[in-house]
Amino acid sequence: MSHCDVIVIGAGIVGAACAHELSRAGCAVTVLDDRRGGATQAGMGHLVVMDDDAAEFALARASMQRWQAWREQLPAACAYSPTGTLWLAANDNELAEAQRKHHRLAAGGVHSELLDAVALAAEEPALTHDLAGGLRVPADAIVYAPAVADWLLASAPRPIVQRRATAVAITDDGVRLTDGTLLRAGAVVLAAGIDALALCPELPLQAKKGHLVITDRLPTLIRHELVELGYIASAHARSGSSVAFNAQPRPTGQLLIGSSRQFDSADARIDHAILSRMLRRALRYLPALADVPAIRSWTGLRPATPDGLPIIGRHPTRPRLWLALGHEGLGVTTAPGTAMLMAAAITGQGGLRELDAEPYRADRFAGLRARNGAVEVAA
Amino acid sequence: MSPSLSAAPDCASAELTFWINGQSSSVVVGTSLAAALAAAGMGSSRQSVMGQQRAALCGMGVCHECAVDVDGQRRLACQTLVRHGMQVRTDAADSMVAIAATGVPFNAARQHATPATPYGSIPSAASARPTPLHCDLLIVGAGPAGLAAAAAAAPSGVEIVVIDDNPAPGGQVWRRSHAAPATAVLRERLNKLSAHANVRLLSGARVAAVAAAAGAEGEQSLLLDDGRDGLVIHARRTLLCTGARELFLPFPGWTLPGVTGAGGLQALVKGGLSVRGQRVLVAGSGPLLLATAATLRQAGATLLGVAEQASWRAMAGFMAQLPRWPNKLWQAARLAEPRWRANQWVLRALGTHQLQAVELQAGARRVVIECDRLACGFGLVPNTELGQLLGCALGANGGLAVDAQQATSVAGCFAAGECTGIGGSERAAVQGALAGAAAVVSLDTPNTLTARTKIKSPQTRALRRWQAFADALHTHFRLNPALLRLAQADTLVCRCEDVPMSALQTHDGWVSAKLATRCGMGPCQGRICGAAAQAMLGWTLPPPRHLLNPVRIGLLAGASSEQAAAPKS
Repeated sequence: MSHCDVIVIGAGIVGAACAHELSRAGCAVTVLDDRRGGATQAGMGHLVVMDDDAAEFALARASMQRWQAWREQLPAACAYSPTGTLWLAANDNELAEAQRKHHRLAAGGVHSELLDAVALAAEEPALTHDLAGGLRVPADAIVYAPAVADWLLASAPRPIVQRRATAVAITDDGVRLTDGTLLRAGAVVLAAGIDALALCPELPLQAKKGHLVITDRLPTLIRHELVELGYIASAHARSGSSVAFNAQPRPTGQLLIGSSRQFDSADARIDHAILSRMLRRALRYLPALADVPAIRSWTGLRPATPDGLPIIGRHPTRPRLWLALGHEGLGVTTAPGTAMLMAAAITGQGGLRELDAEPYRADRFAGLRARNGAVEVAA
Repeated sequence: MSPSLSAAPDCASAELTFWINGQSSSVVVGTSLAAALAAAGMGSSRQSVMGQQRAALCGMGVCHECAVDVDGQRRLACQTLVRHGMQVRTDAADSMVAIAATGVPFNAARQHATPATPYGSIPSAASARPTPLHCDLLIVGAGPAGLAAAAAAAPSGVEIVVIDDNPAPGGQVWRRSHAAPATAVLRERLNKLSAHANVRLLSGARVAAVAAAAGAEGEQSLLLDDGRDGLVIHARRTLLCTGARELFLPFPGWTLPGVTGAGGLQALVKGGLSVRGQRVLVAGSGPLLLATAATLRQAGATLLGVAEQASWRAMAGFMAQLPRWPNKLWQAARLAEPRWRANQWVLRALGTHQLQAVELQAGARRVVIECDRLACGFGLVPNTELGQLLGCALGANGGLAVDAQQATSVAGCFAAGECTGIGGSERAAVQGALAGAAAVVSLDTPNTLTARTKIKSPQTRALRRWQAFADALHTHFRLNPALLRLAQADTLVCRCEDVPMSALQTHDGWVSAKLATRCGMGPCQGRICGAAAQAMLGWTLPPPRHLLNPVRIGLLAGASSEQAAAPKS
């Protein structure tokens, strides 16, 4: 169906990218969003290739190619900055992990450079001097994701209709809004992050709460997005709370400091205990931060799936509902790949040669299939 | 009570030597750093995002235009008293680059000198204070409302902590001059409090964040920035007396050094800023302009005029009502200002790097007046941010909503004074006394009987009387809509991020404008531009987010999880 009407629920980076690709594929697209902001607004906007899972790696690689293509077109407000990522090894064990990561990335065609302690200190002199070394991934970058989402919606070849509205139900033939209006469409793409649970409670999504702190504008203190290698373990934790050092130099001269992950809290309020813990971790790596003024802190909810991979594709039992969800902390990086898969699947224009859609299918969750069947019967 | 609450000894003759960008300078004890910078010929304190020179605007710790580095930490010059040996850098950018190049933590060489302020800071003995701090009643703000609240609550014997972000108690109205003893009225209040050992004062401390969710019995845990390592305070009852700030309405040239608030310039002068021989124009609206004019005359300024935007008719109507409040009539007589003019307002400030002249709408005419300073205030905005962060609802007047006992919508949290809506210091003091007594009653301790008996009808009557005065003020000094249209397309609205009016006009509300233009994302947390956008564009502002005030990362990191845990009740 090359001229279907598609409603995309969610104008975050994933929803906006899906709408953009569908428009490129010739669809008439309407995007609904309540404009309260979600993970796109709360997140860091770090474009980072994660290689520790083959499917995640493949999605990230395909996405980064698209980011490279977009890069020249992005308006200044999107603040694309080629900082690269510098993975930090605190000890010899982590340095060995950096080497393994270097080889995995190379096997996937992603260039990276191993740094010893001296080279690391030369690259980032503000870092504590007792680190073992690091791994630089030069192609990684940072963006201001809310502006990218706006640009994707505004620059689509076939104009996208944007509506500020809250969807209360997804029906067989469209979407019902708070005021009772029914918007009809041939396909509905649900890309509302953790808020999708309100419309589709059977989804296997869990909120992973994160905290961020932003500093006042400073002269250059760091040049790369700095991430401790321990971040990977923190990111993969499936329960409890963890923190890992992550610092990003914004083009404004501000530093964005993370990261924390909490499973036990869907409460958006600041958890001061975890915020302190996260900042103590940051001070361990960047002692000079101690006297830097923080001006704001906030939280965001990452939509996480049980296996850590996003859900991209048709709902197992609702043929007109398509899901682009569960990207956790990588939605900004992998939005382009997600959108390509989604557009190809909805328009039936065949699979993507470079990317296998199989690992992201919604029906990999048996619980979703069964539970949803029950919901359908009840409805 | 701690010695810091007693009226401070006067030692204004003593000289302090400190360093500005490596150059030594001397001032008398009690001088604010903002005043000292001006005395040393530093007409500006920082460079804006677009490279404009900026100097203090608000004079009371809100706008962050006077942020400088003091001993390696970012400080507001207007809220900081000069200490002997203090190292001040207005070119902090360079020092940070040097640090980044060497990898040496830039606090490594810092010396933690004990603050040697002559008054107002917690005594050094208190550094052995238990951390976290527990108290029955936390009063935030030591102005008329907060001091009245402490006085009303003190006889009950409950543990009271009063915190204030200024270097000394008294708030804005009773801000003492560096050169003169505290006013009699402030002295009297502090002396009365000094008889109570259960009252402690922390000056120079501001709330940075909420440290833990409120307890079931109304307990609050707040993270305080005391200028040192910070501390968490657990309070069974919280009484917000956070006062008000000036409303600033952007007009062309309002970012030039030399343009300040009206109350702002008064505060800066009291902090030791010299205006002797300078030509000053006072403009805006309300009786505060007269108080500022009086302070300026006393300090030797050449007062070029006091431009009140309200009409003669409105002012005459207000004056005619003054006999209803005899001490206000007396105050008005004392502040009688021959250069007070109605129906006049600022159109723009002129100058390249420094204010040189002001174009004034004077009735039907436009006049250009050459001047060194413009003190400009368009009224006051209640400081509701802390209350909102705690979840308190706002009332129709834009202040924190309170009931007859001054209780807010949040259990265990009371509010009094200007933060409940603008009404003047007399109303603030009555509200403070009511709130202090009510907060003690709500603790339900055995000793609260005295406090309970204090909630009497005379206070309620007094409150009505001063509320009527506030209503008369609001009616007669209502802002002329022309003042809301002074900003041109290229006039900056957000001074922290240098966002012009034209960038905001394409948006339909604050949140969208903020996300797209960075308006309100700077260190003042949108307190200046948010209030302006609300007034000019009619936007509704969302409740403030953490942090309430910028704070050192080391301080945020240091407040341990054990400290931040909710208090056991």
